[in-house]
Amino acid sequence: MSQDIWVTGMGTISSIGLNVEESYASLLKGETGIAPMRYLETRFKEEYPVGEVKLSNDELKHIIQPTTPIISRTILLGAIAAKEAVKSAGIHDPNEFRTGFISATSVGGMDISENVYQEYLTNGTIDDLPYMGIHDCGSSTEIIADLLGINDFVSTISTACSSSANSIMFGARLIKQGILERVIVGGTDALTRFTLNGFNSLKIVDKEQCQPFDANRRGLNLGEGAGFIVLESDALVQKTGKKPLCKLGGYGNTNDAFHQTASSPTGDGAANAMRKAMKIANVNPQDISYINVHGTGTPNNDLSEGNALMQIFGDQVPVCSSTKAFTGHTLGAAGGIEAVFSVLALQNQAVFPNMYLDTPISEHNFIPNQEFRHHEINHVLSNSLGFGGNCSALLFSKN
Amino acid sequence: MKIYIRGIGNISPQRTFDNDEFLDEVVNHEGNRLNLVAPPYKEILNPRLMRRMSKIIKMGVAAAKICLDESEIEMPDAIIIGTAMGCVKDTETFLKAYGPEESSLITPTAFIRSTHNTVGGQIALLLKCNQYNFTYVHRGFSFESAVLDGILKLKEGEGNHILVGGVDEMTDNSYLIKGHLGKLKPELQNSLDLFNTKSPGISAGEGSIFFLLSNQENEKNYAELSGLFMVYKPKSQTEIQMALQHVLKPKDLELKDIDAIIIGKNGDQDQDALYDEFLQEIQIDVPVLGYKHLCGEYETSSAFALWLAAKVIKEQNIPKSTIIKNIDKNSGMKHVLIYNHYRSVNHSFYLVSTCS
Repeated sequence: MSQDIWVTGMGTISSIGLNVEESYASLLKGETGIAPMRYLETRFKEEYPVGEVKLSNDELKHIIQPTTPIISRTILLGAIAAKEAVKSAGIHDPNEFRTGFISATSVGGMDISENVYQEYLTNGTIDDLPYMGIHDCGSSTEIIADLLGINDFVSTISTACSSSANSIMFGARLIKQGILERVIVGGTDALTRFTLNGFNSLKIVDKEQCQPFDANRRGLNLGEGAGFIVLESDALVQKTGKKPLCKLGGYGNTNDAFHQTASSPTGDGAANAMRKAMKIANVNPQDISYINVHGTGTPNNDLSEGNALMQIFGDQVPVCSSTKAFTGHTLGAAGGIEAVFSVLALQNQAVFPNMYLDTPISEHNFIPNQEFRHHEINHVLSNSLGFGGNCSALLFSKN
Repeated sequence: MKIYIRGIGNISPQRTFDNDEFLDEVVNHEGNRLNLVAPPYKEILNPRLMRRMSKIIKMGVAAAKICLDESEIEMPDAIIIGTAMGCVKDTETFLKAYGPEESSLITPTAFIRSTHNTVGGQIALLLKCNQYNFTYVHRGFSFESAVLDGILKLKEGEGNHILVGGVDEMTDNSYLIKGHLGKLKPELQNSLDLFNTKSPGISAGEGSIFFLLSNQENEKNYAELSGLFMVYKPKSQTEIQMALQHVLKPKDLELKDIDAIIIGKNGDQDQDALYDEFLQEIQIDVPVLGYKHLCGEYETSSAFALWLAAKVIKEQNIPKSTIIKNIDKNSGMKHVLIYNHYRSVNHSFYLVSTCS
């Protein structure tokens, strides 16, 4: 039997759309989701534009109708995207086949707990402490799994900005080893003061619209959202006769082991992750049609990642673009959202623009793709790189 | 393929960091909080680097080092961590640092260290290990997910030596919050008396426990890790029994083949009732061992149970301090079963067997 892993459904929510259709429309029209902050309560409200989902928590609750009042924005965003993914895969009874739910998040319930916790640390206030019960990352996964009615397998991954690429990888491997027949994988992260202040203290947040891969880039815009895809075994796709969206051909995970937060100048970690993904998929570098790069807009990331591309592809770097200028950096959700974008690229035979790129980086021998255009796409690489040296690459292929 | 436990590094509220000992002397902790018995960090870690490490990084890196040294493996083929709460202390420090004022003058150190993958990243950095690196953060499945991933790696042929660890720290604030939420056992005077109480509540613990999983036979191997299965929110005892069969069947084993059982009783009478039900159901006359009076309850505490099982198999000896139900057994033990659940939600089984 074939070991192929099929993508049969997807769902996403971010600043450029509340679902896959809206997100694709924004990618097509080149409409950024980066805007002044509306919902996050912070001193930096006027200072930093962000990729915020354009709904309040109450409006999000209205969509998802959670059964518990104790809920975080991370959970709400994740539940909306995961539900869309399950629906688009045509799954009616999650218990019909052995099904898992693997999510990823870097903040968990921090959007709520940072308020409760600071109150506690500053004033000793304990009334709202029950909200601490959804602070941990795993709680968001369990609440979403319960909403979806999935209980065969649950797990959560947190590897900073590469988190949800890793949950996709773990899910695929569980299917290959026969542990699951299908699995909903991806991740979710809400904007929090914690991460905003964190990246502010690192001095890598852009006060204007970010410009990934521009020589004069200043930093990243933070974003929020969720992205999930449904993976199914070849046997299950054969059995149900479902028409898959595409194949998850390969994946690679390495550690740069260079610095706790910075990428190595040569981008070895990212390069090795891409090599591994291509090896597993049995695809050669010249067969890659599009790369959705991590491209955060920070001086360090884009230089290093570009060098990684040149390491592998030499002077033949494929069409590539960062979609972070649309969504902002959605941290633990980025790999999931960009997996959805990669599937969209294959489905629509289209590449997305790397927006706001005026001056290419002089050290690089390639210029990222600057406009939406149709293009023959067979194999897409999606990169996710994070703190702690975590580097991941996913490879999606046409059926 | 057989998967072996080659080496262990265990930093816990007991003197477990010394692999030559096996609970020879048991440490009693006053009240319902069990803190680490720290190893001589200066002998394990580079003192210059150590000064810059927060507690969880120190305990994580040191336990990994003890494990690798015992295994005589310099470079693992993967580093996989399970930590439910991650770097709690650094998270608190950063929350305090930005505070309600959100000052722009704060240093990023605590923020950088607060990410859940810090321990895994630090181990990779110190070893210069460019291999696979993962961190699982799912409550009572955090360590289980890490072990499962390690098993997958070996089965995929992606390496021969996988470093897997379960790490969680208890801070003063997280301990106080547990107390405010009514999760602790207020009347507990001595941690070792945990199983003599009949009331709700647990004692809180912490630990950093690493294992080197290998697909290679070696005289150093402790035991074979012969089974692992997780069940999320089982609706009945029947479902729990079915899960048990998932670890026994692939090895063609039956209940009668089990020589000892380690259970995760944590002193909370409601949660512990599930273990009694389980034991009642399986009806086998073997020693029953407990461990949470030694390490406290925390999300990745099943790593302590896995250490205990591996030691029992290797030394063919059950330490008196762990016995809940005594049946004389000090030889011929082939299979030790672990059954643990975290807050009745995350249930897991491990099977640990002799190497041959």
